[in-house]
Parts: sequence; C-alpha cells; structure tokens
Amino acid sequence: MSDVPGNLRFTIEHEWVRREPDGTAVVGITDHAQQQLGELVYVELPEAGRVLAVGDAMAVVESTKAASDVYAPLDGTVREVNPALTARPELVNTDAYGDGWLVRLQLTDASQLDGLLDAAAYSDLLAAED
Amino acid sequence: MVCWTPLRTATCLPQKTETAAAVPFIPHTSDEIAAMLDAIGVSDIDQLFDEIPASLTISGLPDVPAGLSEAGITRLMKERAGRNATSVCFLGAGAYEHHIPAAVWEIATRGEFYSAYTPYQAEASQGTLQLIYEYQSMLAGLTGLDVSNASLYDGATAFAESCLMAVRATRQTGSRRILVPRYLNPVWKKVARAMLTGQNIELVELAAVEGRSDLSALAALDGENFAAICIPWPNFLGGLEPVDELTDWAHERGMLVIAVCNPTALALLKAPGEWGGKSADIACGEGQPLGIPLSSGGPYFGFLTCKQALVRQMPGRIVGGTLDVEGRPGFTLTLQAREQHIRRSKATSNICTNQGLMVTAATIYLSLLGSEGLRRVAARCHANTRDLIASLSSLDGVTGPTGACFHEAVLSLPKAVAPVLDQLAAAGILGGFDLSADFPELGHALLVCATELRSAVDIEHYRQALADVLGVPVAA
Repeated sequence: MSDVPGNLRFTIEHEWVRREPDGTAVVGITDHAQQQLGELVYVELPEAGRVLAVGDAMAVVESTKAASDVYAPLDGTVREVNPALTARPELVNTDAYGDGWLVRLQLTDASQLDGLLDAAAYSDLLAAED
Repeated sequence: MVCWTPLRTATCLPQKTETAAAVPFIPHTSDEIAAMLDAIGVSDIDQLFDEIPASLTISGLPDVPAGLSEAGITRLMKERAGRNATSVCFLGAGAYEHHIPAAVWEIATRGEFYSAYTPYQAEASQGTLQLIYEYQSMLAGLTGLDVSNASLYDGATAFAESCLMAVRATRQTGSRRILVPRYLNPVWKKVARAMLTGQNIELVELAAVEGRSDLSALAALDGENFAAICIPWPNFLGGLEPVDELTDWAHERGMLVIAVCNPTALALLKAPGEWGGKSADIACGEGQPLGIPLSSGGPYFGFLTCKQALVRQMPGRIVGGTLDVEGRPGFTLTLQAREQHIRRSKATSNICTNQGLMVTAATIYLSLLGSEGLRRVAARCHANTRDLIASLSSLDGVTGPTGACFHEAVLSLPKAVAPVLDQLAAAGILGGFDLSADFPELGHALLVCATELRSAVDIEHYRQALADVLGVPVAA
C-alpha cells in the first residue's frame, strides 16, 4: 500500500503539491507513481524561469521500463528544480515526498490549490484503481 | 492481392492457430481471405476501398508495359548494364570511390548478417548486437567522442539530426538557430532545411574567405544567440577549417559544436574530440567511404556520435554491453526510453532508420583495415590529390587551391566547367564536380578528388585529356 501524506495535495496524474511558508509550491510524483514506474534512471527537469500552465508537460521521469511526462499541477513559474536528481534520480524512488521533489513553483494563483485532491480523495482514487 | 502478414496475428482465424508457430510467414490463401472478409461482412477486398471517389481511381496503368518472363528481364537488364560506361573517377563531392576488400561483402552478405535489421526482440540476435556494439566503439574512437548510435539513414539526415539534437540540448537558451559555414555540402543543407524548417529551426550562413570560414566574420555575430555551430572537416571544397578557433569561439558563447566529418579523413586529421579546449560536442557524417560502393547514390549510412552528457538527446538505437542473469557478458539495446516505441511523438526522432547492412559492411571494412590500414588509405588519398593538383595546375590557365586540403580541392579553369566535364566524360573521365551553380563566387571552379585508387597513369591520362579539352599544350 502506498504512502499518502495528509499535509499534501494531489492530482489524478499522481503528482503531489506542498504549499511552502514563502508562498511557493513544491511538486513531485507520488509514492504510488514511483512504484508503478520502477527504478528511475533519469529525470529531465524544466529550466528555471519557465512559465507553466496547468497541464503543461514540465518534466520527464524515465525508468528502466518507461518514460512518463509530469504535468504542471498549477499555473506558475519555475523557481527552482531539484539539483540532486541529475546524479541521483533514484531519490524519487527512495523519498518521493522528500529528497525526491522535482520542481518549486511560484504560483500564479494560490487559490488553484483548493481545486486539487486532498489525501482522502487521492487515497480513494488509488483504491478505485486497484 | 496477396497480404504478407505473420499468421500468428491473424486472430480471426482460430482454426489455424495450431500451425502458426511452425509456419510463421506465408501469404494468405484465398480461403483465409474469404474467411476474413466474411468476418467483417464484406464481399470482396475492393469493397474496402469504396470510400475513395471514383474520380480519383484509375483502372489501369497505360504507360506501364505488361510483365516480362524472368529470362526476358534478365536479357533486358544485361543489355542495359552493358551500356554503363566505365570511367576513371575524379569525382567526390560527398561520395567517394575507395577500394573495398573482397572479403567485406563476402562476409556482409552471409545469411547471418544479410538481414541485419535489428529484430523486434533485439536481444535474441546477440551476433547483430555485438556487431553494432563494435561499430559504435569504432566510430566513437574515430571521432574521439564517448557514444555512437547504431547509425542513421545517410550523412545528410545525420547532419539534420545533429542540429535537432543541439537545439534540444540547448533549449534553455531558447535559440533555434544553427550557424553553418558556407562551404558545407549544399545538398546536405537542403536536406537539413527540409527537416528543420517545420520546427522553426534556421540555418544561418557563416561567411567564407579563400575557401574556408572567415574568422573575422565572427565578430559581427557577437551578441547573437545560436544553439550550435557546424564545422565541416574537411569542408565541401576539401579545405581544412580553423576547427580549434571555431570550437573555442562557440563554447565561450554557450553554443554546441557539431563536427561534420569525412570518416576516412579522421585517420589523419585531428579528431573532433580533440578540437579546441573542450572538444566538439557532436560528430556526424556520411559512412559511405567505409566499404560501401557508390551504387548511384545509395544505400549509404549516416554516423552520429556525441559526448556522454548529450546521449539522451541522441536519436536512433544504441547497443550497450551488459551481463545476463547468470553473470555472462552480452549485448542489449539501451536507453530505449528515447525511442518511439516508448516516447511516441516525443521520441528523439521518429525517422531514425538504421542502415544495418551498410553498418555491417563498414564494421568489417574497418576491422580488415585496422587503424593503421585506414591511416595508409587516407595518406595515399592525400598524396594522390596533391599529385593531381600539381599535375593539372601545370596546364596553362588552370590554377590550384591555396591552403591545405585532404583528398579534394578546387581547380580554377579558364572556361565554363560544364562543357569541359562533358568532353572529359566522352574521353572516359569523370572529371569532378562543377561548383559554379552552388558557389558562383568561385568562378569556373571544378572540385576534383583522387582517392587511393587513382594511379599516376590515371592522373597523367586526366592531364592530357584536360589539355586537349582546353586546347593548351601538354607540356610535361
């Protein structure tokens, strides 16, 4: 059973979003997503400063058996990407909600967070997929 | 209509499935076709095309004659082949006549290699993968870079793919412009434009002076944003570009460097991996000189190598070494997430045909020659071309090139080149490539080439024939 922390928001595309005190939002892929992908061998991240709209392909996670796009969960501008993933993409597998984060976004409209799934709704989604 | 389909996919024919494994490939019989048509409720195959308006269909091909018997077609083709002229070739301009050891195609056409397309379960063909792995190792060594793919369609498409790679790898700069010297193969530029224009990638010309890129023209480009510079090695006129200066200039401005190389030349000239302070980033070129006959223009193959850091932007198949579950060495396709069967429309390329059989021949060619043999071929080409230039430019009105060359160089003639070439052809000589249409600034310019196959007798024959055509004395 995969881990679904209660303090995060989620998308149906299996991304998580964490609101930071400075108003930015950190985005990653969920524990369920990394389990489905298997061992990651490469993560392609966007350049800082890129302006994203909801649904834009912003990153690619590549495992030994598949490569998947990661979509922007919210409108925003890329403030920072996780520099550790270039050398250690497997951090997404070992710590999907921590050291395996992908992108920090400056949000265009923080109220969009309310439209994302909460932990209970995301857990229901996973239960329905099983 | 005969449909060639593996029977095991014909799931609408359950009565045949027991035999499918034993007989994987046979044409559909009329009974099978009838059964399939019946299953979808269609009376005959033509009915499947009913949606095409009658005004767009034709009922016959009036200009195409009826078929001939095998004996008849053999007779006709022999008669046509007999009309092929056997000329002494001083023509290069992108494809080169080299000696091909007899063993190359004797081995390449063995049954084990002749169908060299990597199969869908590629790892079942360890021999094919080993050959490609060795090919990749040789090309990486020849270009001095880290990684090679399993080949591309030809030199021109390898060049275009290199430009696409460079734009993907530098996308943080937002540049979709590539700097290309004037004397890069004009046909390759046309092919590249056809592949790049639709993606809004522009080839921008770098001016030339005296047959090579003009370093003084670079100052005017400062402040402009380019993804990469392409450096031909040697260039289309046979000249040697200032590769170190161009490479360092480009790297100081955040551009990538694409080496567009003749593979034979790399046995003598500085490898792209040694250019400037930081080495070229990508190398590409036409593989034909490595054991592939001229064959009226194809099939050839393109090669593409790059630094390790760019490998995920490289198109085409890549074979890697690995260990199997029992720890034994073997070969496998690697980094497949770049490829279309996984990435679909976002693959690094969806036209990355690999020319497996040509690569087989090239690998055998390089194995037979070895690095010392290839170096001797290149040195002989260079010496013969210098002899050719000295010999022809001894004629009144003919002047040779300035500066160094490899195995090709430009002669300036006292009259228009095209009629001269026609008259030489009548004397059994392919005299070279007329540059005046692509590069009018060069005047009556003729590009000539002498590979290791040209003898002193061939060169003297050319000198006498050219003197005759130009109406000048044959002074020795």
